[in-house]
Amino acid sequence: MEIKLKLNGKNIAASVEADTVLLDFLREKGCLSVKRGCDTSNCGLCTVLMDGKPILSCSTLAVRADGHEIHTLEGLQEEASDFVGFIADQGADQCGFCNPGFVMNTIALLRENPDPTDDEIRAFLAGNLCRCSGYDGQLRGIRNYLNSRKA
Amino acid sequence: MEHKEYKSINKSVRKKDSMQLLLGKPVYTDDVTPKDALVVKILRSPHANAMVESIDTAAAKKVPGVVDIYTWEDVPQTRFAIAGQTFPEPSPYDRLIIDRHVRFAGDVVAIIAAETEKAALKAMKLIKVKYELLPAVLDFRSALDNPTLVHPEDDWEPPCEVGGDPKRNLVASDDEIHGDVEGIMAQCDIVLERTYHTKAYNQAMMEPFTCYASFDRYGRLHIISSTQIVFHTRRILSRALGIPKSKIRVEKPRIGGGFGAKQTAVCDVYPAFVAMKTGRPAMITYTREESQIAGSPRHEMEITLRMGAMNDGRIRVMDLYTLSNTGAYGEHGPTTVGLTGHKALPLYTGSLEAHRFHYDVVYTNLQAAGAYRGYGATQGIFAVESMVSELAEKLGMDATAIRDMNMIKEGMVMPAYYNEIANACALDRCMEHCRQMFDWEERSKVRDMGNGKIRTAGVAMGMQGSCISNVDVGSATLKLSEDGTYNLIIGAADMGTGCDTILAQMVAELMDCHVDDVAVFGADTDVSPYDSGSYASSTTYITGMAVVKACNELKKQICTIAAGMMDCEEEAVEFASTCVRRTGTEQTVSLTDIAYKAQVGSTVPAETTQTHTSPVSPPPYMVGMVEIELDKLTGKVDILDYMAVVDCGIPINPNLARIQTEGGIVQGIGHTLMENVTYDRNGRPAESSFMQYKVPTRQDMGRLKVEFEHSYEPTGPFGAKSIGEIVINTPGPAIAHAIYRATGKWFRELPITPEQIAMSLAEE
Amino acid sequence: MITIQKYVRAQSLEEAWQLNQNKRNRILGGMLWLRLGKGSINTAIDLCDLGLNTIEETEEQFSIGSMATLRDIELHEGLNTYTGGAAANAVKDIVGVQFRNMATVGGSIWGRFGFSDVLTVFLALDCYVELYKGGIIPLEQFAAMKKDNDILVRLIVKKTPCKVVYSSMRNQRTDFPVIACAVAQMNGEYRASIGARPARAMLLRSAQAEGFAAYVAANVPTEGNIRGSAAYRTHLTRVLVERAMNELGGM
Repeated sequence: MEIKLKLNGKNIAASVEADTVLLDFLREKGCLSVKRGCDTSNCGLCTVLMDGKPILSCSTLAVRADGHEIHTLEGLQEEASDFVGFIADQGADQCGFCNPGFVMNTIALLRENPDPTDDEIRAFLAGNLCRCSGYDGQLRGIRNYLNSRKA
Repeated sequence: MEHKEYKSINKSVRKKDSMQLLLGKPVYTDDVTPKDALVVKILRSPHANAMVESIDTAAAKKVPGVVDIYTWEDVPQTRFAIAGQTFPEPSPYDRLIIDRHVRFAGDVVAIIAAETEKAALKAMKLIKVKYELLPAVLDFRSALDNPTLVHPEDDWEPPCEVGGDPKRNLVASDDEIHGDVEGIMAQCDIVLERTYHTKAYNQAMMEPFTCYASFDRYGRLHIISSTQIVFHTRRILSRALGIPKSKIRVEKPRIGGGFGAKQTAVCDVYPAFVAMKTGRPAMITYTREESQIAGSPRHEMEITLRMGAMNDGRIRVMDLYTLSNTGAYGEHGPTTVGLTGHKALPLYTGSLEAHRFHYDVVYTNLQAAGAYRGYGATQGIFAVESMVSELAEKLGMDATAIRDMNMIKEGMVMPAYYNEIANACALDRCMEHCRQMFDWEERSKVRDMGNGKIRTAGVAMGMQGSCISNVDVGSATLKLSEDGTYNLIIGAADMGTGCDTILAQMVAELMDCHVDDVAVFGADTDVSPYDSGSYASSTTYITGMAVVKACNELKKQICTIAAGMMDCEEEAVEFASTCVRRTGTEQTVSLTDIAYKAQVGSTVPAETTQTHTSPVSPPPYMVGMVEIELDKLTGKVDILDYMAVVDCGIPINPNLARIQTEGGIVQGIGHTLMENVTYDRNGRPAESSFMQYKVPTRQDMGRLKVEFEHSYEPTGPFGAKSIGEIVINTPGPAIAHAIYRATGKWFRELPITPEQIAMSLAEE
Repeated sequence: MITIQKYVRAQSLEEAWQLNQNKRNRILGGMLWLRLGKGSINTAIDLCDLGLNTIEETEEQFSIGSMATLRDIELHEGLNTYTGGAAANAVKDIVGVQFRNMATVGGSIWGRFGFSDVLTVFLALDCYVELYKGGIIPLEQFAAMKKDNDILVRLIVKKTPCKVVYSSMRNQRTDFPVIACAVAQMNGEYRASIGARPARAMLLRSAQAEGFAAYVAANVPTEGNIRGSAAYRTHLTRVLVERAMNELGGM
C-alpha cells in the first residue's frame, strides 16, 4: 500500500505491506533510535510521537500513519538536548536501550505539563520500563532540569 | 584507611557514551550491522523431554525466501557449554547446536535461515516434527536419582571435576565443614531450622539476546554480539563449530543491558552456524518470549539453613544446604551454588565458630539457568539474613543490634571465605550510618495507619566478592597519542554500567590529564588485550588494577623516551602531566614531542599492555533498610523508602556507583514482590512476556536513598572494591523482615505475593 | 504477530459493516490485543475516518465514540466531574500513557475482555452502547452477548445522578487487575461491577447497603489464573466492595 506521511518534518511517500508495523518501517527509514524491547506493548522502548502524542510504534500499523505526522528522536534532537544532559549528569543513562523511548515520552510530558510534580512524572512515564537505573536517577535528572529552568 | 584527594577518582563525571545513548544514536548490534543478513529463527520444542523421531522440512524449505533449514542431522557432534567462564570451565559440556534429544520446552529443534522474518516464520509453521515423548523431571526436589535422566548420553563431558554425575541428574556436589558443627549446635540455647525458596528470575535486560555473524575481509567469521564475554564467546564458538580461534573475531558494540544474562553465549552459535553453512551474513534477535523461555535466568534454589545461637544473640554455628536447579543444561550450575555459602556465611564471621556448607546441583527439564547479578549470593543471603532477623525477633532483640553483635569486622579472618582477611570492611559503619539516615528506631516500629494498613520496616546486610580469585584476568592497553591524549583499549565489556568511564578516570588520575583526553575502546578479540570479561564483579577491581599497571608502565616508557631526547639518565627525569621534566631544572619535553619521537627511529613504544589477576576477592558490604506500608486486607505491600549504605571501598564514580545500587535494589524489589516464575504442565514458564513477567515500574519502587562508607582495599585500584552485584542482595530479606513485622508471618519463598499475605492473614 | 492482507479506511459505517460481514475481516481498535494473535486477517477495517474519536457532552449524557482512546477518558473533565474521578481512576494504571493513547473505548468494550477496567467502570453506570445494526441497548445486556458482526459505534453514559467509586487490585502497578471493582449508588440502589474475575465484568445490585459486600462476594463467580486464585479474588471482591461502600457512605 502507498502511504504519505510527514516524518521528522519531511514529507515522505512509501510503499508498505498492510501488516508492517510502524517500528519496522521507521527503522527501515533510518530512524534507528526506535527500539523493540517486547512484543506485547509493555515496555515503551518504541515510543514515537504521532501528531504530537506519544504512541507505541510496535503496535501501530505503518498504514495507520498515512496522512499523519511522526516524530522520532532523530527529529527532536534539539528539544531532547535541552534536558538529557541533566540525566547524563546523574549517570542514569546506563545501558541506554530504553533511553530513546523514555526521552520521547518525557518530551511529550513536558509539552503537556511543563512543570510536573514528581508523582506526575512517575505516572506519565510509568509505561517506560528501565531495568538498569532503578528510575530515581532519571527522576533526579528531570527534576534538576526543571529547577534549572526556574532559576 | 587511606584518605587522599584525587582529581578524577571519586568524581561523578558523565559516562563517556551518555549523550550518544540519550540522543538515540545507532550504537547497538541491530543498529550497526548491515540489513542484508539472513534472518535466523529457531523452531523450539513444545515438550519438556522428547526425542525427535522424525522431522520433515521439505514443505518449509519451499517457502519463497527460505534459504535453508537445519536439524540435528546437520550439526557437529562435539558437546560444548555456552557459559562464559575461564577454561577449563566448571560447566559441563552437555550441549549440541541441535540435539535430537530435546530437554526443555523451548529447546532447539530446527534452525531456519531465510531472507525475511516473514518467510522464516511461515516456514516454521510448515516443519513437521514427530516427537517421542519422554517423562520429564519438572520438580527439582525430585531430580536427584530420578529414574528419568536429563542427560543420559555417554559423551557428557565435565571439563573439570566438580562432583557431578549425569547418571544421577547431578551436575555438582560438595560438602565443606569448618569446626565442630554438631558439637556447638548442641551447646546452643536456640537452634532454628528453616527452608527458603527462590525462583528462576529473568534478567529482563531491555535489549534481548542478539548476534550478527558475517565474514571479514580475510574470510574469517566475524561476530558482532551483545555480549559481556568476547573472548569466551570466541572459544565457545571455536569448539562448537570446530574451527580454529584464529578464524574467529568477536566484537561487542554497546550492550543494552546484561546483568549476567549475556555472560552466557545464549544465541551466538546459531547465526555463526548459519553463516558457516551458507557463506552469508546471518543475524538472530530473540523475541522477548525467547529471552524469557530460552535465556539464562537465575538458578532456582532451595536452601535449608540450621542456625545455632545463644540467648544473648550470639550466633555460633550455621549449617547451610543448597539444592540448586540448573535446568536442562549445566551452565554456571557448579559455580553459582558456591556463593550461597561463601558469600552469605562470612557476614557473621564476628561470632561464627563453626559452619558446614554443602550442596547439590541438579538437572531438570526446565529452561537452563545461567548467571544473574548476585550469582547465588542473593539466594544464600535471603536465607541467612531472613533467619538472623527471625532469631532477633524470637529473642526480642533489635534486628540491627543482633547484627552489630555478630557481623564481620575489619581485620578478621573469614573461615567461610577461603580464610581471606577482611582488609577493608566498613560494614559496622554502614549499619550505623544507615540506622541514623533511615531513623531505624522510629520507623521500625509497627504503626497501624487505619483501614487495615500497617507501616513498619525491615533490615538486611549483604556482601559479594570482587572477581573470582586466582581465575579472572584483566588487561589494559594504553597508548600515548601524538597530541598528548591517550587511548585505552580493554577486553572488559561496558554493558551500561560505565566501566569504560571509570577506567578512563583511573587513567586520567594517574596520567594527570582530563578524562576527556582518554579515549576508550572495547571490546574486540582482534584488538583488545585478553580479559575474562565483565562479570563476577571483577571489572573495577581486576581490569582497574591492569589499568593502574599500564599507566605506571607507560609513564616509565614516556620517561625513557624523554630522557633520550634530553640526553640524560632515566632517573634524572620526572613525568609532569603534559610533559617530562629534567628533575631540578626547567628543561622539559612535551608529551606531543615524546609521542612523535616514539614514531621516528624509536625502539621504545609509547604504548603498553598490562595484565592483572588477584589471589583474593575482597567483599564489598552493604546494609539495606526498607519501610513498607502493608495492606492486611489486600496483601499489597507498598515500598515507601529504601535506604542503603554501601562499602565498595571507594566509589571511583559516586554517581555511577549510586545508580548501580539503585538499579540493583529495584531489581531486588521486583524479585521479592512481583516477578514470579510459574510453569505450565510442560515446564514452560507462564511468565513468558513482559505482559506476564512484571518487572517494577517507576511507580512500584518507592523512594531510594543510597550513601557510601569508604574503606580502603589495599589490593584494589585506589582502594576500590566491586559494586555491580552486591546491590541486589538486601531487598529480599529486608522486605521479608518488614512483612513479618507487619503481619507476624515469615514468608520464606520469593516472590511474596499479595495473595500469600492476604490469604494467610484471612485464615486467622 | 497476526498477519493482515489488506487495510481499508472505511468511508461510512455501512461500508465498514459490509466488510465486517466477512469472517476473515476484522475491525481495528487500538490493535493492542488484536496484534498478539497468531492468525491471519484478510481485510483490516479502520474506522478512523468516521469521526468516532470524540467524547460529546450534552445536558443528558456523554456520547463516547468507539475510537475515542482511554487517554481521552482519563483527561475528559466533564466525564470525570460526573464520575468523581472514577473514570480516570479506572484507566490510569493501564500500562502507560502511550498505550492509553492507542487503546480505544470501542476496542475495550467490544472485546468484552475479562481484564477490562473500562467495561468494569462503565457497567456500574447508566450506560448504553449504540450498535450500527442493533441500535441502542444497555451495556449490561451487551456485556452478556456473544460477539457478532455488528459494529460498536458509541458508548452512551447517561447523566443519571450517581456516586461511583472505582478500585482495583494489581500485583504490579501497571499490570492487569487481579480484581476490578466499581461500586455505584444510583436511583436508590447499590450497583457493584466486578471485573477481572478473571472472566468479564458482571453487575450485581441491591437496595441494601448492609451486607452488600458479602452478598457480592458470595454471588460473583471467580476463577484462578497466574495473577491469583479464585479464593483470593473472592476475598478481594469483598474487601474492595466494602471499602467502596465506606467511601460512598462518607461522600
